[in-house]
Amino acid sequence: MSSLSGRTAVAGIGATEFSKQSGRSELRLAAEAVLAALDDAGLTPADVDGMVTYTQDTNQEIAVAREAGIGDLSFFSRVHYGGGAACGTVLHAAMAVATGVAETVVCYRAFNERSGRRFGQPDARIGGEPSSQGLEMSWHVPYGLMTPAAWVAMFARRYMHVYGVTSEDFGRVAVAMRRHAATNPAAWFHRRPITLREHQESKWIVEPLHLLDCCQESDGAVALVVTSAERARHLRRSPAVIKAAAQGSGAGQMMMTSYYRDDMTGLPEMGVVGRRLWEQARLGPADVQTAILYDHFTPFVLTQLEELGFCGRGEARDYVADGGIEIDGRLPVNPHGGQLGEAYIHGMNGIAEAVRQIRGTSVNQVAGVHNVLVTAGTGVPTSGLILSAD
Amino acid sequence: MTVTTDAALHERLMALAERRIAAGEVPGPAAADPVNLPMIRHWTDAMGDANPVYTDPEAAAASPHGGIVAPPAMIQVWTMPGVNRKAGQRPTPVDDVLAMLNDEGGYTGVVATNCEQTYHRYVRPGERLFPATRLTGLAGPKRTALGEGYFVTWNVTWYSGDEAVAEMLFRVLKFRPRKPEGPVGDGNAQDGAGREDTRDRTGENAQDGAGENGRDRTRGRAPYPLRPAINGDTAFFWEGVARGELRIQRCGSCGELRHPPGPMCPSCRSTDRGYVVASGEGEVFSYVVHHNPPVPGRRTPFVVAVVQLPEGVRIVGNVVDCAPSEVGIGMPLRVTYRQMDDELTLPLWAPREA
Repeated sequence: MSSLSGRTAVAGIGATEFSKQSGRSELRLAAEAVLAALDDAGLTPADVDGMVTYTQDTNQEIAVAREAGIGDLSFFSRVHYGGGAACGTVLHAAMAVATGVAETVVCYRAFNERSGRRFGQPDARIGGEPSSQGLEMSWHVPYGLMTPAAWVAMFARRYMHVYGVTSEDFGRVAVAMRRHAATNPAAWFHRRPITLREHQESKWIVEPLHLLDCCQESDGAVALVVTSAERARHLRRSPAVIKAAAQGSGAGQMMMTSYYRDDMTGLPEMGVVGRRLWEQARLGPADVQTAILYDHFTPFVLTQLEELGFCGRGEARDYVADGGIEIDGRLPVNPHGGQLGEAYIHGMNGIAEAVRQIRGTSVNQVAGVHNVLVTAGTGVPTSGLILSAD
Repeated sequence: MTVTTDAALHERLMALAERRIAAGEVPGPAAADPVNLPMIRHWTDAMGDANPVYTDPEAAAASPHGGIVAPPAMIQVWTMPGVNRKAGQRPTPVDDVLAMLNDEGGYTGVVATNCEQTYHRYVRPGERLFPATRLTGLAGPKRTALGEGYFVTWNVTWYSGDEAVAEMLFRVLKFRPRKPEGPVGDGNAQDGAGREDTRDRTGENAQDGAGENGRDRTRGRAPYPLRPAINGDTAFFWEGVARGELRIQRCGSCGELRHPPGPMCPSCRSTDRGYVVASGEGEVFSYVVHHNPPVPGRRTPFVVAVVQLPEGVRIVGNVVDCAPSEVGIGMPLRVTYRQMDDELTLPLWAPREA
C-alpha cells in the first residue's frame, strides 16, 4: 500500500460567497476563506505551519499568512498548470504532513476571475516570451487559437468525429450541472436550471462549443485544511480521509494544446492520475458513490468518464443520457453544480463539495457516500483525489 | 542634465522657439474627407475593435450615442496628410524648430516620448475636422541615454467648426545619435529584442509629420499583435516561412521528423538537427470556428485547424479562402503564406482539390 494512503485528511473547508464582483481584493478573499476553513476545522491561525496554492494565484503564501495572523511556516509550495493544480495542492499538503515537514497545511485559491483578470479573454502576451511555455504557445497564438474554450474545442471536434458524439451530448452535461446548481443556495445559478434546447440555442463561443458548454467566470475563494488523519479525528468535524492523491502528465504533454500525440480523443494525463488513484486507494470506479469531475467545458466531462474507467471509449454519451450523471443517476457527478453551475474557483470548490459529501452535509447529498473521486483541470497536466469517510 | 553645446545655436534655437510659441495656434489644412464609415471600418478592423457602436448603424442607434460615432483614438487619422505631403501645405509652428535642430545642430535622431490625447466629445460621420498646432515648449540640451538632445513639445487641437473636439500633447526628443560602441541592431530576433527595438523607434519619421501627424508613421501596416516567440530552437521554421518553405525538423542522427520542433530528439536524444521542406499538402485533422470573444488582429469568425501532413506530423494553422461552414475533418489543404505585417509571415491553409 502506498505510504500516503489514509495517513492524512481534509479537516476543514471554507469559502467566500461566489459572485461576479466580490468588491474586495483577491488577498482579502484568500484570507477570509482561510479563516473560514480553520474555523470549520476548529483550529486557529496559530496552528498552521504550511501553505499551498496555485502558481497562478496572485496571493503569496506569506501575504495570506500575514493577513490571517499565521506565524511561522515550515512548508510552502505552489502547484503549476492552471486548474490542473487543484487536487495537487492537497497532494503536496498531504506529502508534507505525512513526512512530518508540516503538521497543519492550508490549501487555498482566491481570485476575482470575473471582475478582475478573466482567463477566457485573449491575451496577446501569452505567446510573447521565448520561455518553454511561450514557445509552445507560439505554435498556436499567432493563428488566434488563444482562449481555453478554443483549445478545448479542438479536442471536442475530433472526439465528436471519431465517436459520433453531438453537441446535444455535451449539452446533457450542462443541463445536469445546472439542475444540481438550481438547488444549491451557494451556487451562482441557484434556481436557474436550463433545458437542452436553451443549451442548443446559446451563442457560439468557439464551434463546436456553445456558451452553455463553458463554465462561468467567478469571483471567490476556497480554502482547505489538511492535517494527519489521526489528528483530524480529534477535531471539530469528521475527517475526509485522503485515500489517494496523484498528479499526472502524459507523454508529449503540452499546457492545453496536446494536439500532436495519439488520436486527440482521450486525456492521457488524466489516465495517469486515474491509474495512480485506483491503485493507491485499492478501489475502482464501482467503489465511488459520487464524483467531482472538472467541468470548465462540457466535452471533457465525457472524456473523463472514459479515461477514469467509468465506461468504455466512446461510451460516455450513453452514460450521461437519461440523467445518468444527475443526483439520482448511475453516478451523480458534481452534486454542487460544478463550475458550470456553482462557481469557477479553479476546481477548489469541487474538493470542498467532496468533503461535504463525505461528511453527509451537502445540500444535494448523495445517499450512502463512502468514497468520492475528485479531478482537477482537464486538457492540462492535472491531479486527482479519492476522499473517503473514516 | 544640461551640457555644453554650441552656445550660438542654442541662442538662435531658443529665440525661434520663443517666437513660435508666442505666435500661438496655427490652423492646418482641413481633413481631406469628412469623418466616414469606411475609414472607421478599416481602422476598427485593423485594431481588432469589435464595438458595434462604431460600425453597426442599428446597434449604434440603440446605444446612448443614438447613432454611429468614430472611435476617439482615431482622431489623428482624419487629418493625416498621407505618405507624400501635398505641395504647398501650410507649415506648422513646429517644422522650422525641428529643421534647425536637424540641419544645423546635427540632432538627426528623433524619438517620440509623449503622446497624450484628450477627447472632449465623440465625432460623428459627416463632420469635417481641421487641426491647429501650437508649439508649447523647447527644452535642452539634455544628456540622455540616446545621446544629447532637445525635447520639443507641441499641442494639436482638432476642431469641428468652432468647437474643439480633441487635443493632443506630443513630445519628441531630437538627439545627436551616439557612435555605436558595439554591435547593435543585428536583427537577431532570437529573444524578441529586434522587435522591441523597432517599436522604440517608431517616432523616427516624426519630423516630416510635425504637427497633427507627428505620431508613429512607420512605412508599413500596423504590427500584427499575435506574434510568435522565436529562439534558436525554432528560428529555422520562421526563416523558412519567410522564404515560402514549410520546414519540419528532422533529427540529424535518427532521421525522425518532428513538429513542433525542439532542441533534442525525443527518440534518440541527439541534438544534431536539420530539417526537410514539407510538400505543402495536408488535411484537416480537427478544427474550430472561433466566434467569441474578439481576438486582437483577427476578424471573427475564423477557422483554426490541426492539419495532418503526409510527412507524418501535425501543425496548427488557419484555414482560409473558404467559408467556415465548408471546412470539415479530412478536407484536403495546401499551405499558403500570408504576410501579417512588415515582419511576420504565417503559413496558412487553403482548400485543395483531392
